[in-house]
Amino acid sequence: MARSAAKIPSAVEVDLVLRTDALTRLQSTGQYALELEAVSRHFGALVALADINLTVKAGERRAVLGSNGAGKTTLFNAITGDFPPTTGRVRLFGEDVTDLPVHERIRRGLRRTYQISLLFDGLSVVDNVYLACRGASRGRLSLRRPKPDDAMTHVAETLLDAVHLGAVRDSLVAELSHGQQRQLEIALALAGAPRFILFDEPAAGLSPTERSELIEILQSLPPHIGFIIIEHDMDVALRVAESVTMMHNGRIFKEGNPKEIESDPDVQELYLGGGHA
Amino acid sequence: MANISLIAGKGVLPNIHPAAAITVLFLLFYPAFASDFFVFQIGAYSLVLGTIALSLVMLAGYGGMVSLSQLTVAGLAGYLMAILGHNSVGVMGLGWPWWLTALTAIFAASVFSALIGAISVRTEGIYTIMITLAIAVAFFYFVRQNYVIFNGFTGYAGVVPPTLFGIYWRDPTPFYYLSLAVAAFFFFMVVYGARSTFGLSLQAIRDNPRRMRAIGYDVTLHRIFAYFLSGLIAGTAGVLMVWFNGRISPGSVGVDVVIDILVIAVVGGMRHPIGPFVGALAFVLLENFAIDLIDRERFNTVIGTAFLLVVLFSPDGLLGLWARIRERLRLRKHPQSDGSGVH
Ligand SMILES: Nc1ncnc2c1ncn2[C@@H]1O[C@H](COP(=O)(O)OP(=O)(O)O)[C@@H](O)[C@H]1O
Ligand SMILES: [Mg+2]
Repeated sequence: MARSAAKIPSAVEVDLVLRTDALTRLQSTGQYALELEAVSRHFGALVALADINLTVKAGERRAVLGSNGAGKTTLFNAITGDFPPTTGRVRLFGEDVTDLPVHERIRRGLRRTYQISLLFDGLSVVDNVYLACRGASRGRLSLRRPKPDDAMTHVAETLLDAVHLGAVRDSLVAELSHGQQRQLEIALALAGAPRFILFDEPAAGLSPTERSELIEILQSLPPHIGFIIIEHDMDVALRVAESVTMMHNGRIFKEGNPKEIESDPDVQELYLGGGHA
Repeated sequence: MANISLIAGKGVLPNIHPAAAITVLFLLFYPAFASDFFVFQIGAYSLVLGTIALSLVMLAGYGGMVSLSQLTVAGLAGYLMAILGHNSVGVMGLGWPWWLTALTAIFAASVFSALIGAISVRTEGIYTIMITLAIAVAFFYFVRQNYVIFNGFTGYAGVVPPTLFGIYWRDPTPFYYLSLAVAAFFFFMVVYGARSTFGLSLQAIRDNPRRMRAIGYDVTLHRIFAYFLSGLIAGTAGVLMVWFNGRISPGSVGVDVVIDILVIAVVGGMRHPIGPFVGALAFVLLENFAIDLIDRERFNTVIGTAFLLVVLFSPDGLLGLWARIRERLRLRKHPQSDGSGVH
């Protein structure tokens, strides 16, 4: 089956449907999508993140590399508030969100995917994405059924086509293959006019075909959407990211553009020594 | 747990199953051929208990929150009917018109339910059960010890529905139809609401609350709202309950009755809003006829054994048992089919 890269709904389209004010915010806010200031996270005696200072410009695409246990996922959890930082500040588009709950950060345009898929197993694929679209807009508590020609359902379906899940829209999540569940993870993060997305190892366990489809999706994201991608596969990371952050033992170890990082002797030592091909 | 039957199917009315049509006709014409005892003590009472259990199924089946306070919420509505309206005890009884009393009682019960939600929604699983049970027990002791408002151990009697349109609504047939109307209304609301935006979000929270937060939902708010809605159902059923009994006392909101509601919901099945009504009918039939076979003292043993058997052999209650029997029969008829496509 020949697949054409379906279009991801543009921010303006989505914004009109969702009636979010993400775009107006985008124009009115500063240069940085994300600023972390001396962020650390402890789990008991374990220091999973130590004194992280990190800035990502609006629209920038960044790869985070590092061996298992380096603290990459913990970094994402600190940014989203899943596990808030023990100390330090997190700013999103210039606004200090350190004390905001997860859903408030999401409503400001932040999204994430999970390393291990977290989906709504009892619901259909299209309902999963519909809820994700609705989550960033109004009417979340509506007791009415969405109409069949509901604009938001339409956006959800466009998004499903974009991640090649249109054919299984009515299947239950529990019935999907691993690869399809990973695609759905991504669709949930793309829903509802995101401005900045955290992708946690989206390519893990994908077949080579699925992997290149993923790269295609990431490359076709509208330019105002920035992201951080955690990825073990250097090839994937370097094809979608313009800058790289290396993490090791809960600290930032190196930052730079892909070329610098790839040829850096310390990185090579760590990476090849760390058992990653 | 995948709730296929909750979410499959596009609408309520299209392509009515013959069994559903027969059930509806049976329910509508039931008083025409049943005795007063069967209309009132069996029919109406099953519908009232079923509606209280439905409020639990809404919370537990769709939202994953097993609350043992549903009967307590219904009980508060019942007490308020006696306190704000009329009773024959000579305590309280403010004499409000019946409709204002009923509306206030139902609304207050919903708010009470939302408060219970606010206290318990940050807990999960067994802890939710413990907290809501503790609230139910606290309410029981409170009304038993409070004489000023709740008239303590005695409680209230003489709480009856009004005479309206020349009909005394506590007569068996009118009360049966009143209960049927209320039960049917909430049944269809739950069926419809399951596919509403809020209904979907509730099921998604049951499946994965962490992910719901990560797509922008205030999970706590949604859960509290679910408690409020379930309070509407339980509160309305509570008004019917006090009208049915004519009286309410601490015994009406005791722990044994609290557990009965859970038993009804579990035995009936939590996967579909018809489950609590099936469970309630089974419960009421057992309650009325098991004592012909055995000692009244042993009734709880019978209920407990029935509960154990159903839970052991069918985690989805009587509904699940029925679905499995039907599946067996279908497979025997068409042995080549693969058993999928159960609706
Ligand atoms: N919720 C948690 N509780 C306790 N320890 C945790 C938790 N999450 C992560 N850790 C620990 O923090 C360290 C970093 O983990 P993680 O961020 O998942 O690494 P990575 O994603 O880079 O593989 C590990 O030692 C891990 O065991
Ligand atoms: Mg990780």
